[in-house]
Amino acid sequence: MASVSAPASQRRPVTPSARPRARHRGWTPYLLLAPSVAFLAVFFIAPLVQGIELAFTSTSGQYGLATFHSMLNDPGFLSALTDTLIMLAIVLPVQLVLAMAMALLVSSRPKGSGFWLYVYMLPLGVSELTSGIVWYSVFTQQGWLNSILTSLGVIHAPVIWLSYSNSLLIIATIVVAEAWRSTSIIVIILVGGLDAIPREYLEAADVFYASPWRKFWHVTLPLLRPALRTALILRTVLAFEVFATVIALAGGSLSVLATKANNAYTQFQEPHLAAAYGVLIMALSVLATAIFLAGLPVREERLP
Amino acid sequence: MRRAVLRYTGAALLAAWVLFPMYLLTIGAFSVQSAIYHYPRDILPSLSWGTMRFFLDSQGVPTALGRSVIVAAITAAASAALGIPAGYALARYRFRGRDAYRVTIVSTRAFPVVVLSIPLAVFALQWGSYDTVWAVAFMHTALTLPFVVLISSSVLTAVPADLEEAAQVFGCSRPAAFARVTLPLAIPGLAAAGGFALLMSYNEVFAASVLTLERPTLPAFVLNALTSSPEPYKYAAAWLLMVPTFVFIFFIRRYILGVGRAR
Repeated sequence: MASVSAPASQRRPVTPSARPRARHRGWTPYLLLAPSVAFLAVFFIAPLVQGIELAFTSTSGQYGLATFHSMLNDPGFLSALTDTLIMLAIVLPVQLVLAMAMALLVSSRPKGSGFWLYVYMLPLGVSELTSGIVWYSVFTQQGWLNSILTSLGVIHAPVIWLSYSNSLLIIATIVVAEAWRSTSIIVIILVGGLDAIPREYLEAADVFYASPWRKFWHVTLPLLRPALRTALILRTVLAFEVFATVIALAGGSLSVLATKANNAYTQFQEPHLAAAYGVLIMALSVLATAIFLAGLPVREERLP
Repeated sequence: MRRAVLRYTGAALLAAWVLFPMYLLTIGAFSVQSAIYHYPRDILPSLSWGTMRFFLDSQGVPTALGRSVIVAAITAAASAALGIPAGYALARYRFRGRDAYRVTIVSTRAFPVVVLSIPLAVFALQWGSYDTVWAVAFMHTALTLPFVVLISSSVLTAVPADLEEAAQVFGCSRPAAFARVTLPLAIPGLAAAGGFALLMSYNEVFAASVLTLERPTLPAFVLNALTSSPEPYKYAAAWLLMVPTFVFIFFIRRYILGVGRAR
């Protein structure tokens, strides 16, 4: 791998040659890992176990499915579940296309690719609360979208985008906010994946006069599969956690599973119910991960 | 030639998609208050500090902002202290359990913060650390640690091990070789890993909102006040939460790509 100071965009091809040296038999690596393992045991494993236990006990302390039962009977549970899934089903493909465009542009290295990469990565440091407020300012009745459309003469009266009665429209605004904020994490993973594709492969395609589209479809995309899979898994998991954006845009008129969990804890002081929502989100995340792992198999022997 | 034009147009359009909403938020936070309530809104309004001053002088905002900075600093320090040694081990040694550790640390992100922060709040209540900066900071550390390990491992892999070995040949102990040779070369990248943790913590809402009550961080404070606050207040708050990204991403952008490269 190149030296540390070389800009990322100049490193190519990145080969996995920088493998660590011969197998080490001493204790040193384990001592180096120990602090992080100990920390995660206390602040990750313990809450995880406790969270599952909370979900599977009732408020009176008995083990069982009582909490899940009350979660299923929670008014608005079903709509929260379906709205979460609809949101996810729309936002994932949208983000994938956006991120692919950004990553391909950056890694084709036009002049100033460092600047484009900087801009595309900016949303990485934007909180989902900020993103919700930004798009609230756009979609609210007297907001930017209506202002611009009115000024251009497209509409004569403000359109109500964040309507209480139209949940699909609100979901659409959440999708826009999410596509705006959280595409950058996919861009990072895809740029990493594109950098790992050896140049010779694309040059070989050039020899046969392959069109850019065919090169993308038959060379880049198959080789990008591991990165795509990682990006999809990470994004799906993170999308299940979105909640401040939903509160900022929808107020109380639409819930997703994460807002339900947060309300159960902060408003109704029901940690068991909140944990049950958490366990449901976790189960869905694990399920989605399994689907991506099975649906996008990566055959190591076919990768460079 | 035509292709180059097409490429620049595409790049510029995508950049506008990212930047234009940021511009709208900025003028929302810095326009005269009456301009916000005027319809249709003017895309080039007259600017003033009034909204931002009003927000910063509001009850609870300065302390919440200070708390956010403290939580972010603890998170960055803790995840660097825990994550950099782990990154070094992954970069320099091959040992039994290396891949298992890597897979485990990456897959911790498959467990939503929702399922972790609620029991942690229950724990914190029992230990008397509920509603403190420590509970939030340690939760944030658990969230940022995997990224810090991956970034620092990719940064340290890029420093040739030969340099460190050469120093050892000349009589340095292994830790001294690390401190005198590897560290100076890796410090920008390692600082970037810490900066990334800082940024993520400063922006985190869910855990902060569940783990605090009377003493929230800025995002949690803004979230609690969201329904009852006027629009200019929201915009000033969102702008203040957004602005560090411009500085931090500039310094850390090339190192974050390590997350995508890690295999």
